[in-house]
Amino acid sequence: MARPVPESPEPMKPAAFRYYTPKTLAEAVAVLADVASDDGRILAGGQSLVPIMAFRLAKPTHLVDINGISELARVTVADGKLKIGACVRHAAFYQPVCDGPLGKLLATVVRSIAHHPIRTRGTFCGSVAHADPASEWCALVAMLDGEMVAQSKRGQRVIAAKDYFAGIMTTALDEDELLTEVRLPLLPADARVGFQEFSRRAGDFALGMAVVTYQVVGGKIATARVGIGGAEPSPRRIAEAEAALIGKPPGATAFDAAAVAAAAAIAPLEDFHTSADYRRDLVRAMTRRALDSAAV
Amino acid sequence: MSHGGNAHGYPTPPPSSARRVLGHAVARIEDRPLVTGRGRYAGDINFPHQLHMRIVRSPNAHGKILSVDASAALAMPGVLAVWTNADIAELSPIDFRADKNATGIREFRQPALAQTYVRYIGDPVAAVFADDPYVAEDAAEQVALAIEALPVVMSASDPPGEFEPGRSSEAIVLHHSFGDVEAAFRNAHAVIELDLQTGRHSGVPLETRGAIGVYDAAKDLLELHGAAKIPHRNRETLCRMLNRAPSSLHLHESHVGGGFGIRGELYPEDVLVLVAAMRFERPVKWIEDRREHLMCANQGREQRHRARIAVDRDGHILGIEDEIFHDQGAYIRTHGVNVPNRTMCMMTGAYKVPAYRAKARVRLTNKTPAATYRAPGRYESTFVRSRLMDAVAAKLGIDPVEVRRRNLITAQEMPYVIAFDEPGVEALEFDSGDFPALLEKALKAFGWDKLQADLKRRRAAGELVGAGVAIFMEESGRGPSDNAKIKVDPDGTVELITGGASLGQGFETVMAQICAEALGVDYRRVRVIHGQTDLIDHGIGAHAARATVLTGGAVHVTATMVRDKALEFASELLQTPADDLDIVDGMVMRRDTKGGPSIALGDLAKRLAPGSKLLRGRDPQLAAHGWYNTDHTVFPYGVHLAVACVDRDTGRVAVERFMVAYDVGRAVNPLLIEGQLVGGCVQGLGGALSEEFVYDEAGEPLSATFADYLMPTVHDVPDVEVLLTEDAPSPRHPLGLKGAGEGGINGAGGVIASAIDDALQMSGAITRLPVTPQRIRDLLRR
Repeated sequence: MARPVPESPEPMKPAAFRYYTPKTLAEAVAVLADVASDDGRILAGGQSLVPIMAFRLAKPTHLVDINGISELARVTVADGKLKIGACVRHAAFYQPVCDGPLGKLLATVVRSIAHHPIRTRGTFCGSVAHADPASEWCALVAMLDGEMVAQSKRGQRVIAAKDYFAGIMTTALDEDELLTEVRLPLLPADARVGFQEFSRRAGDFALGMAVVTYQVVGGKIATARVGIGGAEPSPRRIAEAEAALIGKPPGATAFDAAAVAAAAAIAPLEDFHTSADYRRDLVRAMTRRALDSAAV
Repeated sequence: MSHGGNAHGYPTPPPSSARRVLGHAVARIEDRPLVTGRGRYAGDINFPHQLHMRIVRSPNAHGKILSVDASAALAMPGVLAVWTNADIAELSPIDFRADKNATGIREFRQPALAQTYVRYIGDPVAAVFADDPYVAEDAAEQVALAIEALPVVMSASDPPGEFEPGRSSEAIVLHHSFGDVEAAFRNAHAVIELDLQTGRHSGVPLETRGAIGVYDAAKDLLELHGAAKIPHRNRETLCRMLNRAPSSLHLHESHVGGGFGIRGELYPEDVLVLVAAMRFERPVKWIEDRREHLMCANQGREQRHRARIAVDRDGHILGIEDEIFHDQGAYIRTHGVNVPNRTMCMMTGAYKVPAYRAKARVRLTNKTPAATYRAPGRYESTFVRSRLMDAVAAKLGIDPVEVRRRNLITAQEMPYVIAFDEPGVEALEFDSGDFPALLEKALKAFGWDKLQADLKRRRAAGELVGAGVAIFMEESGRGPSDNAKIKVDPDGTVELITGGASLGQGFETVMAQICAEALGVDYRRVRVIHGQTDLIDHGIGAHAARATVLTGGAVHVTATMVRDKALEFASELLQTPADDLDIVDGMVMRRDTKGGPSIALGDLAKRLAPGSKLLRGRDPQLAAHGWYNTDHTVFPYGVHLAVACVDRDTGRVAVERFMVAYDVGRAVNPLLIEGQLVGGCVQGLGGALSEEFVYDEAGEPLSATFADYLMPTVHDVPDVEVLLTEDAPSPRHPLGLKGAGEGGINGAGGVIASAIDDALQMSGAITRLPVTPQRIRDLLRR
């Protein structure tokens, strides 16, 4: 079992914590089993956790750093799925990581995640584990019905997206579980994909986003997925918007109908930047634009 | 109001083409350490055996302190002491900079540590001193505060509450007026009333605040390191508060990562490190973190205006009336009531206004205290004035540019005096300017007429796009005096000691240019000292666009004295009349012939060493200490033009173009002025569109991180176009100089509001800054 690094003699800006550097997945889940109930947290890219630790808004007692576990740093394709390991950074998706529309979509979405330096450290799975409502990757996972692989000392389980997201920064992961991998279904070659988000400034947390894919058969939309993020406590597919697309020719009429349906379907988050009405406006606009961008 | 004024003083200074270095866009001399990682900021300053201070801050926006329990903190290893107000009971609250502002408002000053009440979230309640900054932070979290919550006042336009039992939260009501306002409104063809608000925003320097107090008991000498902006003036205040002689208290400025008016004011933490350094006889260091900065450093701008304007049928202004609700935050800090006063006195701007009456209600709220931020009172008043002018244009069906044109003060009316009825309120004496000429130049450079056609076409095609204009007055270089010391070293290096300050604006380069021009040396050979109270006894620092004008004036005077001395002695050595000599690149030589006798300034300095026979009773050294004294303020002016495009679906505003046209009188360094104007403009766009310190109804600050306080990034601003003119050098300054620090920000709120109105084709739609996307959507949904 990994021993904690000796406590630093130097005090630091965050509150004190014990720091662990497991080298294998087995070690990591073993440490986590010991420390999770005592406010132990996993450190991957640290782009969300470390700033809130510096503000002392988070004061984990134990920090299990998984960055040294090489087996988690892989992206693979198998069984018709893209498998993204826990230590794969956002920046890995700048170039398509797989053939077809999914790689293209990932490469589009990554450009909206924060800023370049953050993308070089932050991880895909870290975002999915953190489950910020404004996470682009979470919206994408929800839209594609991705699967989350959770590992603990007790064993492994696979959680479907619809069962995984459970509210603002809340997931189905148990406290001793490490999200080791996210699996996304590969998209068929004829799938069209689109993504749009609105944030106050480039790189800010989005106030609303839409990520979509659909296939056109015989001039009509045959399959459709519409994922909305940043607008509700958790991202999700909007069945009403998808229904508005199915069987219609792709174009302004269908897209507008889907956008209006998405805006009507959500129960918007509210904060001081964003009223419910405004969030519906943004969801409508982003859905319409995502569908437009998929069409070209 | 009356016309006329002082006769012109100085002759018109030559243009830069007739000068060697003054007026030229030369490279900065201060950047080498900054770009090679050798800068030395407050955080880089350390003393052996130093203690670190961490402030325990109020979690309540308003409350009565019942108890402070520091026992757990004191039990932690490395913790030396925890202070509350009881430990500094003898210390006066943080004092005003100038006592003359103090009448009736002294009770609203901030104690260094809260005494009975806390008044905003972040109010210092206790100070922890420890061997390590993070131990101090750990310990601060262990200090237990018991605070009884009291009702909060969160809006200055709500009815006032109680600052303390029996004392209203309306600290003072201020007045500015002239002319017959009743008659103006009675005789008006039209009267328009607007209810306008400017949001709470502020300067957010890269470097947070920092202060290091050092006490040398052997010399009874107290030092404050990490000083900025106004070291000498802060020394005066500190001497008053700590009852020390100026010669026993020195402030030292190091590199400063931006100021914008807020950094370098005197804050509770500055005083605490000094008191602690004396009491513990150990250096005490405090460095603010970003969260503290966004909750505790001065904020500004938040005002509500109920403004009225009376006009005749042609759009000529007959009168303006304004009631201002000034949100002062929890305390009145070092500036007193300067901001509401500047708001009132600059309200009429560059226009002829026969009658004016303003009333400012200065009200305390349970928010971070407010004070001066770049173009204090002017950003706010230009927004209000611009909204009024646009409203007049709309009401009378006159083009918004034309209605401005009709009301501008003309060049023939200079100098133009605006005198106020209230005793003690200083008159504005505009020294020079051709406002109509600058407006026309700006419109032409912006391609205004063609632009209007383009915008019309784009709007017809469905875009929400429009343009706006704002015209404003600036003020700079207020007296009374500054001084400089110049000495030429034997190797020809020139040492220039000023009481100025550098916040990154290029102070050293500008002073070196002024010195070099007068003295005839390479500006890169001038070592510029600033911000050290032990090297020069007086200095005005860097604030209110004063440095270039006032300190620059002193440098010019002093360098001229050194030049005269050099020529006097060179004349004897070279046996040439002084009038026939010039100094070029540090060599004294004949004006008319090349290759004649000459002497280097360094050699001359050597020959003026004490004991030199050459002196014959005159003072040794090639050196001088000179003063520049003036009763005046000089008034630059500007025009902002902008094009804004609104995204109909999201409410986002894209600023497509922005021009700052600005008359600086005479430029010392056009490159640096452009930098000042563009930087200010970006801050102004932040205040116009995105930056806002928001509080919830309980007083919780909701903008305490950079994810919530939205400063513009490079993605959000256009390439700002700058039109710098030198049409109106100040006749009140030997070099014709006027200030440039605030001309980029002044009109940004006003012009963006105008452009968005035009884009939406909804006259008067924008009544509040910042214009957030949500507010635009609300307008479009109506």
